[in-house]
Amino acid sequence: MVGLEHYLILAAVLFSIGLYGALSKRNAIVILMSIELMLNAANIALIAFSRYIVPVALTGQVFAIFVMVVAAAEVSVGLAIIISIYRYRETIDATKINLMKW
Amino acid sequence: MGISIAFWILAIIGVMAALAVVLLRDVFRAALSLVLCFLTVAGIYITLSADFLAAVQILIYVGAISVLIILAIMLTREVQHGSTSNRLQIPAFLVAALFLGGVAFALLNTPWPVSSAAPLEPTTSALAGLLFGEGGFILPVEIAPILLLAAIIGAIALTREK
Repeated sequence: MVGLEHYLILAAVLFSIGLYGALSKRNAIVILMSIELMLNAANIALIAFSRYIVPVALTGQVFAIFVMVVAAAEVSVGLAIIISIYRYRETIDATKINLMKW
Repeated sequence: MGISIAFWILAIIGVMAALAVVLLRDVFRAALSLVLCFLTVAGIYITLSADFLAAVQILIYVGAISVLIILAIMLTREVQHGSTSNRLQIPAFLVAALFLGGVAFALLNTPWPVSSAAPLEPTTSALAGLLFGEGGFILPVEIAPILLLAAIIGAIALTREK
């Protein structure tokens, strides 16, 4: 029988894959995609807690809705920043975007 | 029993798709496997009896966010040399593996107060009551549109031709 731990382990695995991608990739769009993976993993954990610990309160599902709102705002602004950088500097390589690096 | 089988199939496909996102060298294929991963996450929500959130996941992630990502990949196509790694590949792998090990250890050794009550189904009207009703989450619901409006205006201002 599948329990709370299975869902939490799945969320941890997805989060770790996203963490690896966000830390190790050059392409800024792939970094953004990895961050989306991490947000999805956090949502799975929230909904699993909501389902198994407070099954009738649904608080975790409300939190997941707000995470989705923030993720939508984040991805739209993030892609706008990437396209703006592409327009001015002709690159989206995160290791070459070092104008503000000391 | 059926939920267990569905969970294992969805979990295996989802983890495979997530690995493909970070391992494939073609950025466009990585984006497509990200869409597959979003779909399996929607299926996972259904096995957790979160039907409304599964629909929202498909509408927002599979529908809107993946289209935005694919559009950005198309717009920046000529400077892309695939999804290559930077110098921090091995440290990043170590950090991710250590994180996974630590979290798995912590959550397998925690006695979760699991409730045996049956989950609420369907969840849509209960969620609406929580979001808009008395003593619910009405203040964050009012703040969320301001955040979205700021994001829309910011995205337009950033990408507008001078």
